[in-house]
Amino acid sequence: MLAPLQHPGYEEERLQRVSEQLPCREVQAGMLLSLMGQPHQYSYPSIFIYGHRASGKSHVLHVLLKELELPHATVSCVECVSVALLFEQVLLSFFGCDAASLLPRSPSLSDFVRIYRQQRSQSPAKQTRYIMIEKAELLRDTDANLLPALLRLQELVEDNVTVILLSEIVWDKFRPNTGCFEPLLLHFPDYSKGELQQILSQDRHPSYSAEFYSSYINILLGVFYSVCRDLRELRHLAALNFSKFCEPLAEGKVKETDTHKLWRNIEPHLKKAMQTVYLREVSSLQWEQMQQMEEKENGAVRGLSAHTHVELPYYSKFLLIAAYLASYNPARTDKRFFVKHHGKIRKTNFLKKNEKTSNHLLGPKPFPLDRLLAIFYSVVDSRVAPTASIFSQISSLVTLQLLTQVSHDDQLDAPKYKCAVSMDFICAISRTVNFEIVKYLYDFL
Amino acid sequence: MSKRKIKAVHLPVGECIAQVQEMLRERLCHQQLPDRPEGVEAQHKHLLELLKRTAVHGESNSVLIVGPRGAGKTMLLQCVLRDLLGEQEVQKNLLQVHLNGLLQTDDRIALKEITRQLHLENVVGDKVFGSFAENLAFLLEALKKGDRSSSRSVLFVLDEFDLFAHHKNQTLLYNLFDVSQSAQAPIAVVGVTCRLDVLELLEKRVKSRFSHRQIHLLSNPTFTEYVERVQTQLSLPDDFPDSKFAQEWNASVQTLCGDKSVEEVLQRHFNSSKDFRSLHMLLMLCLSRVSVAKPAIRPADLLDASRLCFADAKANMLHGLSILELCLIIAMKHLNDVYEGEPFNMQMVHNEFKKFLQRKSNSMYNFEQPVIMKAFEHLQQLELIRPVDSSSAKTQREYQLMRLMLDNSQIMEALQKYPQCPTDVKQWAMSAFG
Repeated sequence: MLAPLQHPGYEEERLQRVSEQLPCREVQAGMLLSLMGQPHQYSYPSIFIYGHRASGKSHVLHVLLKELELPHATVSCVECVSVALLFEQVLLSFFGCDAASLLPRSPSLSDFVRIYRQQRSQSPAKQTRYIMIEKAELLRDTDANLLPALLRLQELVEDNVTVILLSEIVWDKFRPNTGCFEPLLLHFPDYSKGELQQILSQDRHPSYSAEFYSSYINILLGVFYSVCRDLRELRHLAALNFSKFCEPLAEGKVKETDTHKLWRNIEPHLKKAMQTVYLREVSSLQWEQMQQMEEKENGAVRGLSAHTHVELPYYSKFLLIAAYLASYNPARTDKRFFVKHHGKIRKTNFLKKNEKTSNHLLGPKPFPLDRLLAIFYSVVDSRVAPTASIFSQISSLVTLQLLTQVSHDDQLDAPKYKCAVSMDFICAISRTVNFEIVKYLYDFL
Repeated sequence: MSKRKIKAVHLPVGECIAQVQEMLRERLCHQQLPDRPEGVEAQHKHLLELLKRTAVHGESNSVLIVGPRGAGKTMLLQCVLRDLLGEQEVQKNLLQVHLNGLLQTDDRIALKEITRQLHLENVVGDKVFGSFAENLAFLLEALKKGDRSSSRSVLFVLDEFDLFAHHKNQTLLYNLFDVSQSAQAPIAVVGVTCRLDVLELLEKRVKSRFSHRQIHLLSNPTFTEYVERVQTQLSLPDDFPDSKFAQEWNASVQTLCGDKSVEEVLQRHFNSSKDFRSLHMLLMLCLSRVSVAKPAIRPADLLDASRLCFADAKANMLHGLSILELCLIIAMKHLNDVYEGEPFNMQMVHNEFKKFLQRKSNSMYNFEQPVIMKAFEHLQQLELIRPVDSSSAKTQREYQLMRLMLDNSQIMEALQKYPQCPTDVKQWAMSAFG
């Protein structure tokens, strides 16, 4: 256990309360406190805090500002679609709604600073004011002046104010062309495995012992830690799967201490969860329902990606197959695949694998409409007339985003397309029309 | 003297520390003005003379203060203004208008701000009336009416001057310089900018009206001056309430600056950048560690602070990646090595990763494609990889071409520091080709 937080500017019991709410973040909280200094002292004009998702950036700041009752404004850049909302939020939290209503309809930075100064002269800061900006990476997409101005806001409004930026992205990607006031950089490191275990073990179920829950967390981390270190995600998964873990206990098959049997029971279940719930293929509600219906095997409920299968008309299926073949086969092999009496093409010559990487690695190639139709006529057994409906099916495949049109320069004359469906999808389609697509793919010869 | 003797009471340590913090924080964070500008005496004198001529004799002038960021341009200007306003005659004869290129992003806003700051007649309360054209005509009329002898002189300070040059037609700059060239109300235009090529940004007609007087602030201190600066920044003034504590503090600062390891650290900072603002950041980090328990800055504090300043942010971020994401990055590194920096897509990376798994025949990392896709997208969110072209809607996600935004040395360094990195992954990263 680290030494408790100490700072002369704040009451001890408050700091005590703060440190209770911030497990495994004492170092960062202490550092922030020491940088903030006592409430009436000046703090650094801008602080930039970066770290991975769910590493406690906003939580630490939020707890600190709330518990120590410092005047602060919290702004999330996701919400502030226009700068006006940001300005309004800041003025509202510092000076009340009278100040915020002074802003004109589409305020510029100049208006904001003017109103801020005017209000500040009426109620000067007795304590450092903090503006906490979450998801600061979105500031780069707004007005180019906003970020440099926020970084030197202390100088512009001549007030004891500190701007704290929170982001997942490193500061190097923020710096504007002509430079700016450099903020103080602080890094929130990721939680180690032990720390994750400690934090996750805190929200245990009251009806089970602490050791039991922490052994569960241990198993959960064993499965998921190599993929995911996001605390929020892990906590969500832990909450979802705990009832399954307790099941053998409720049935009286095993005792709490029988860790090995519990592990045997839960591990395949967790592995399945990684393919379904973790990817949001199956919603957590569905997952919970699935756990209750025991006889039904997990994963039997079709996930989101299984629903991508669409019913298409007969010719559309062949058009799509033809498009896939045209996209993934080189044009020089078309004769070999699709012409019935193509004469002699020696296999060694044909299979010159000078293209080292296959097309299934590089992605689909664009092809002209003529080639699509030629392949289409060759793969469809019956005789098809090039009616308007065939062509309209091609364009409806484009609207379904199964094909994409490559160049938009000419709509009618020789348009080029790309096939935008996956291998699994096209295999499923060709199975429905009894067409063996793998035989026709150059990559799989 | 006797009065100071009486005042020299011994405050408790906690209070002293609080005083120290308050004083030094104001100096380091709030950019408090020094009593005398250091190292820029010539520039100070030049600017002071120039502005005095405007304020007292009614001479119109224009000048640009040019220097890199953190070189003390604003400090110089503020010092000059403070000295200038100290004189009674100037005080009642000079109007000031402060504009900032960051705030006044176009001429309309700038003009409103000027009218507001000059308290002209179309201002009621805090609101300005009239359109842009009316405002401009009004302002020019007001300036034209004045003449050298009778009217008060106006000082225009344009901070971030280069941003004003991006305004449409540079109308504001043209008019300001034009007034300064002709016999109208005496004005002085002081531009502050960090761009050395700022004159190239100006239009020809604007440029010809500018006096081409530039003050360059290229802070080029020697290392001894740099260390001295550290010492003066940290030293307490004579009027500190507890003189005994101040003496001890100053002595401790002096020994600190003499320390060998501290000198090494400062040399490193000096080599990377000579501007004082980054120095202030370093000192601020040191200062924040001073508490009642340890009432002086120790060399270890400075070393820690310097480590914090020089930490590689990307390496920090790499440290927090999951093992799967790290494996993907290694696969990308190999692809970069083999194909000499050609962009790659997710399929290629997955293929490379699969090759590794086959060779190692270790099923521990056998993940499904969607799981890998999720890891890949996380890397993209962190901007460790970047799409080559931004037409994301057109191509499938797994075939979108990407580039790695990391250096090989960064990856290797992060791998060394990675907690519990499996040996086979390490070996895979070391092996030159796949």
